[in-house]
Amino acid sequence: MKLGSLTRHLGLAVVALVVVAACGSGGGGGGTASCSAAKTAKSAADCGGMDALVKAAQAEGKLNVIALPRDWANYGAILDGFHAKYGINITSDNPDGSSQQEVDAIKQLGSTSRGPDVVDVGMAVALANTNLFAPYKVATWADVLDSQKESTGLWIQDYGGFMSIGYDSSKVPAITSIDDLFGSQFKGKVALNGNPKQANAALNGVMMANLAEGGSLDDVSKGVDFFKRLKAAGNFSKTQATTATVKNGTTPVVFDWDYLSAAHGKDVPTWKVFVPNNAILGGYYAQAISKDAPHPAAARLWEEYLYSDEGQNLWLAGLARPVRQAAMQKSGKIDAAAAAKLPPVNGTPQFMSDAQSTAAKNYVVAHWDAAIA
Amino acid sequence: MTVAGSPAVTTSVGRPFLGGRRLPLDWVGAVPYLTYVGLFLVLPSVIIGIGAFLDANNAFTLDNFRNLSRSYVVKATIDTTIVSAVTALLGAIFGAILAYAIVTGSPNGLLRRLTVSASGVLAQFGGVTLAFAFIASIGPAGFVYLFAQSHGLDFYKNGIWLFELPGVELVYLYFQIPLMVLVFLPALDGIKPQWREAAESLGGTTWHYWRHVAGPLLFPAFLGSVLLLFANAFSAYATVNALINQGQPVLAQQIAGALSSEVGAYEPGFAKAIAIEMIIIVTLVTVLYTLLQRRTARWL
Repeated sequence: MKLGSLTRHLGLAVVALVVVAACGSGGGGGGTASCSAAKTAKSAADCGGMDALVKAAQAEGKLNVIALPRDWANYGAILDGFHAKYGINITSDNPDGSSQQEVDAIKQLGSTSRGPDVVDVGMAVALANTNLFAPYKVATWADVLDSQKESTGLWIQDYGGFMSIGYDSSKVPAITSIDDLFGSQFKGKVALNGNPKQANAALNGVMMANLAEGGSLDDVSKGVDFFKRLKAAGNFSKTQATTATVKNGTTPVVFDWDYLSAAHGKDVPTWKVFVPNNAILGGYYAQAISKDAPHPAAARLWEEYLYSDEGQNLWLAGLARPVRQAAMQKSGKIDAAAAAKLPPVNGTPQFMSDAQSTAAKNYVVAHWDAAIA
Repeated sequence: MTVAGSPAVTTSVGRPFLGGRRLPLDWVGAVPYLTYVGLFLVLPSVIIGIGAFLDANNAFTLDNFRNLSRSYVVKATIDTTIVSAVTALLGAIFGAILAYAIVTGSPNGLLRRLTVSASGVLAQFGGVTLAFAFIASIGPAGFVYLFAQSHGLDFYKNGIWLFELPGVELVYLYFQIPLMVLVFLPALDGIKPQWREAAESLGGTTWHYWRHVAGPLLFPAFLGSVLLLFANAFSAYATVNALINQGQPVLAQQIAGALSSEVGAYEPGFAKAIAIEMIIIVTLVTVLYTLLQRRTARWL
């Protein structure tokens, strides 16, 4: 036990030394004091205020991000914007990786120079890996609903949208209700974005149909039954909807997140996005800082940038709904032109809790293949 | 060089070299191969084999194998076997006919050279590219379908079968037939015209020749090729996944589902148990293939 605590202290000392050394080599001078606290800073104030955080981050000079495709939710512009504003170089690793690969990278690379500083992950992965994250509250923390963040700041939702039905209005009639999809003009045309046993977007598609058919968040069976009947009617297509199948018309009706669906408008000008008023199902991604972040100050500065008005409006320009959208609409800081491009939504959004999404997953895994066979 | 080289020649005969005192070095040449097989075949199989018996907490369990009785895995096993068997048989029959047509032509003719090189390319054509080529041509929005439909031939009247098992089988044939041409051509080339002349000079008819000479000679090679085609279809993943994403009809898709689920259905041990199931089936097929290969070698 004594030995254990000794090694732990030694380890801490070594970490502190390395951090101090890293700061020193960056030539930050005055930033050293705040920088050594960055690893445990729970807010910018813990680091000595925003200016001190910026200085410490610039002394580190680098930021490692992972699984951020440049064409996803406008991340290209966000990465460039951060670099231009603070002069910190960003290493963007494995841009097309999955949420699971992001946390796997934290586990495998940890605090090495290649370890990810921050991650942007789906909620299932965020909830399952909170032991890998450092708590941190951004300056705009209060704008985010309690249901959209972990109370100590281990994770905080960043952007997302609502489950929708996108369709090519030149190929099928206008959709005003989910039951329209049983019409004869939809033969073999309705698809999901992925398999609901695997893909989050597809599972939410089934849940949205479930809500529209009068089901509740606790029981997804009506959603599975909806697709069973849709298959029996010959209207459900077993192929996966992709940008290519939408573009060439193989899947002219797709259940998908509204912000991803709206992007099909670039290829198909007659593409419309419909969100049923009785089934507004929200889904958000979450930000988290690695507790082993090799650049702890830069990681925290990145979060401050993402949740600033500037960062939030950049997401909005990529058709993703930023988590502070409601607050920014009130304060008038929102990019109104970008917001107007989002599909209209009228009604109260619902969000699946962790337990509800687990129950939905279990039911879908057991029943899906047989339902649409 | 010569020191290392000469024992390799002599040891197979078992003759003493330099008074019987020598190091057997004939295994040296096999080292790269054995290392390769060990690293890329044996080691992964062992890792999968161990993982299949572990639960989420790395404790020993047999649940992963019990779960193989889940209805959708049983169905995937049957469907994968049917798709593989159907495309192997049809591919072998059409491929053999095509190969025979080539062999009867000029051995250095343009047709033969064209067909063989085209087969070499097409046998490797698969995955998302191949699937999308079919979707874009005969899919529900494909130009071939739209043309046929406008001329009164609606071949999707009873449902889009391209996204069902028959569609997968059609697409698989696109690489199965060329593969059959490649593997069956050498066997056909081994048939000497003199044998037919001999049969005829002894008064045999065409039927007699095929029934008693060419048929028995080619049959083991044909069956061996069928088994190779079976294994080829059995392990395919990307092509079928691009066609049928819902319902996951083949075992390889069920593995992917259990490994990469982002909704929480992450069961790595179960995925490994399915992999073991596939390894066992393919091993059985390969053993059968090897036995038949031996028989072919005895004949020719």
